[in-house]
Amino acid sequence: MTTWGLQVDALDVARWQFGVTTVYHFLFVPLTIGLSVLVAILQTLWHRTGNEKYLKLTKFYGKLFLINFAMGVVTGIVQEFQFGMNWSDYSRFVGDIFGAPLAIEALVAFFLESTFIGLWIFGWDRLPRRLHLASIWAAAIGSNLSAYFILAANSWMQNPVGYRINPESGRAELTDFVAVLTNKVALITFPHTIAGSFLVAGSLLVAVAVWHLIRRPDSADTPAYRFAARFGAVVALLSTAGVLITGDIQGKIMTEVQPMKMAAAEGLYTTESPAAFSVLTVGSLDGSREVFALKIPYLLSFLGTGDPNGTVQGINDLQAQYATQYGPGNYAPIIPVTYWSFRFMIGFGLAAAAIALWVLWAQRKGRTPRSRWLLRAAVIMPILPLLANSFGWIFTEMGRQPWIVFGEMLTRDGVSRSVSLAEVLTSFTAFTLIYATLAVVEVKLLLRYAKAGVPEITEPDQPDDTDDDADRPLAFAY
Amino acid sequence: MDLTTVWFLLIAVLFTGYFILEGFDFGVGMLLPVLGRDDRERRVMINTIGPVWDGNEVWLITAGGAMFAAFPEWYATLFSGFYLPLLLILLALIARGVAFEYRHKRPEATWKRRWDTAIIVGSLVPAVLWGVAFANILRGVPLDADHEYVGGLLDLLHPYALLGGATTAILFATHGAVFVALKTVGDIRHRARALAVRLGVAAAVLAVTFLTWTLTIRSSAAAVGLAVGAALALAAGLAAARARREGWAFTGTAVAIGLAVATLFAALFPNVLPSTADPAGTLTATNAASTGYTLTIMTWVAVLFTPIVLAYQGWTYWVFRKRLGVHHIPHH
Ligand code: HDD
Ligand code: HEM
Ligand code: HEM
Repeated sequence: MTTWGLQVDALDVARWQFGVTTVYHFLFVPLTIGLSVLVAILQTLWHRTGNEKYLKLTKFYGKLFLINFAMGVVTGIVQEFQFGMNWSDYSRFVGDIFGAPLAIEALVAFFLESTFIGLWIFGWDRLPRRLHLASIWAAAIGSNLSAYFILAANSWMQNPVGYRINPESGRAELTDFVAVLTNKVALITFPHTIAGSFLVAGSLLVAVAVWHLIRRPDSADTPAYRFAARFGAVVALLSTAGVLITGDIQGKIMTEVQPMKMAAAEGLYTTESPAAFSVLTVGSLDGSREVFALKIPYLLSFLGTGDPNGTVQGINDLQAQYATQYGPGNYAPIIPVTYWSFRFMIGFGLAAAAIALWVLWAQRKGRTPRSRWLLRAAVIMPILPLLANSFGWIFTEMGRQPWIVFGEMLTRDGVSRSVSLAEVLTSFTAFTLIYATLAVVEVKLLLRYAKAGVPEITEPDQPDDTDDDADRPLAFAY
Repeated sequence: MDLTTVWFLLIAVLFTGYFILEGFDFGVGMLLPVLGRDDRERRVMINTIGPVWDGNEVWLITAGGAMFAAFPEWYATLFSGFYLPLLLILLALIARGVAFEYRHKRPEATWKRRWDTAIIVGSLVPAVLWGVAFANILRGVPLDADHEYVGGLLDLLHPYALLGGATTAILFATHGAVFVALKTVGDIRHRARALAVRLGVAAAVLAVTFLTWTLTIRSSAAAVGLAVGAALALAAGLAAARARREGWAFTGTAVAIGLAVATLFAALFPNVLPSTADPAGTLTATNAASTGYTLTIMTWVAVLFTPIVLAYQGWTYWVFRKRLGVHHIPHH
């Protein structure tokens, strides 16, 4: 029986731990994915134009990128180990399929990313300029590639394809790897997640640049900040278009492969055709009574099926259908969580886009922004898409419950049997404490370096090809 | 050779690579308070591994991923069974990784001291615990017929495992000292070399004892040969260090670690995790493996990408081949 009760067991703690560590990991991931590319673009601009403004911005945002990157790396290892530690029965069940993209991710993407990041950090005065530029691009490609493989793995849990269940061992076995990599959920989740990541990165550019523009209007570096603010805002708006388009397609695929998730996103209890999109509903949890509802007619049918009169199945009907198919049990996720996380994802993302528009407006025709309100809005801007990303994941993962692999394995059957409550509690507490501490440290450092502003460029940036005892200090050192 | 054997070998290779490469990262970290007398010397040490430590750590991530994909039962049993040691390793790797990046980001002495502690502890803990973990894999652990771990934490801590932990810690420290000697100029280089020789003697005694003990638990002709090779390589490395030939000394400690890890895997084969409780619980390269189809795909990926990875990672070491000294450390 799936119970959402209060009695705590190892399963509950393992779930909380996975949720907390994954959401935490994904606070750093979007910035790595997006900012690596934006920094590479800035450095390319410098390479092409020789304009020092771009070099300053490259070094400046590069430093913020690295402070963030370190956290992405160390929290990522926890993710990989956690499957075996807390979810060993899940690992036994899916290793044949799920392990492959994970291993390929490490071999193909993580090596690329981490090796070339090292080359980029320490290569400022060691590598010829072109190679140095190529290094940041290689790292950026590695980051984005890594996202594809892990998302393919995650998509398999949402929509298992290319496998069979071995009746003897009861394990899932891979039958078609291409099908796993071209899972339609993976193909659309990838651009959606990447677009969401660029929204974060663009917002960071905007926030820091606008802060300097308004706080230090007379700075000699104003042209650099103006550029960064505009560039970031344009990236943010393009990414918003990206999440909207891909999100729309995702909705249709989701209606098809996980209709329960769509119903849960909407709190739609009874099948409707046409179905209205609920902007906001307050009512009893079981859907028997609506106190207040704001609805847009036909929209849900359109979002889910592409046809304004299309049928969208409701929770109660799906529950009855699943109970017949899979045996007695509760097959609905926690509706308030899915309902609100879906709305928060969209709402916070669009709020960031609105601020991006405002920034562009404030800078129109060479104007310098002055408004204190704009300053406040810009400073919180990066937090909004981070929240949107977190809620997107919370929606996707909580909406899949009670399944860990949709239709094949329940979350409660995936947990490690040999691990005790005390052990999981220990690790959950330890990770939460160290993560909380590091969050404070990292945010303080980011603020410190963001406020310090773009660096002075003193030396010509030339590779140095002389021998061992070249006595110049390193351009960059730990 | 069938694919399960190929993948057993590949996982052995990944762990070998990991211990050779992170071995000196751990060594440098552990020796930070010993060899780095002031802030600038410590920065020199950290910068010798700065460009490469993250790439080195990916060997572990790849080994973990490969184990998950190729031997899911092994991955599942090992990671859930060795729960608390792995938790400590993870916490250590988190602290260490962040410390490299953050240590120089603020000038205050207390700030640096805290991150130094993170680096030292974050290097020492995994250096010890990997030895403990591998000793337990070799000796076997209590598993039931479903391959579930049925022991407790104390079942993992016995004299043989503790010896394993001491061996890896001292061996990595030696390897790290040799690496510092190889990558620095000035005073610190000489101190590192002298320390390497002294640590190396202790490492040799521990390693020979540990490997001999291992071979009495389980053995094969190949394992014996590899163990002898490891001992010889370590001796040669130490001789080279005494003779101030740091390049050869490093080759010696690297080969010694590589052969020692290979010894363990050779002794283990064809088991991957022997059971000391129910014999039916023993995991082997065959009963822990994925299907042939998965292994075939993985083999193709490995064949295509491993050479590329080795090429660019090797190139990184070449790019950063220069020795560092305190004069290379910027003043801010
Ligand atoms: C959509 C993207 C995405 C998602 C959903 C995840 N990650 Fe991640 N991960 C990345 C994108 C990423 C990245 C952008 O590639 C990171 C972040 C910062 C970094 O250094 O690389 C990274 C780092 C990172 C690392 C360290 C790599 C290194 O040392 O360079 C590991 C081992 C993982 N991740 C593993 C996981 C696992 C097992 C996940 C599933 C729960 C996961 N990540 C979710
Ligand atoms: C692409 C990588 C993944 C991401 C970003 C991700 C994200 C999330 C998020 C945001 C949650 C909800 C957190 C919460 O309840 O507060 C969650 C829950 C969970 N995820 Fe995932 N997930 C990923 C992959 C996986 C994988 C591979 C597993 C398999 C073990 C998994 C198992 C779970 C479990 C067991 C929960 C807890 C469910 C619950 O609390 O009800 N997830 N994940
Ligand atoms: C109108 C706007 C949006 C729509 C219609 C939309 C739609 C969706 C849907 C349907 C899913 C669930 C996919 C599934 O579980 O099968 C999803 C997930 C997600 N969304 Fe959105 N989304 C929108 C905006 C955003 C924004 C602004 C962000 C972040 C900045 C974002 C980030 C995410 C993330 C990280 C996930 C989880 C990963 C995934 O399944 O792709 N979304 N979105």
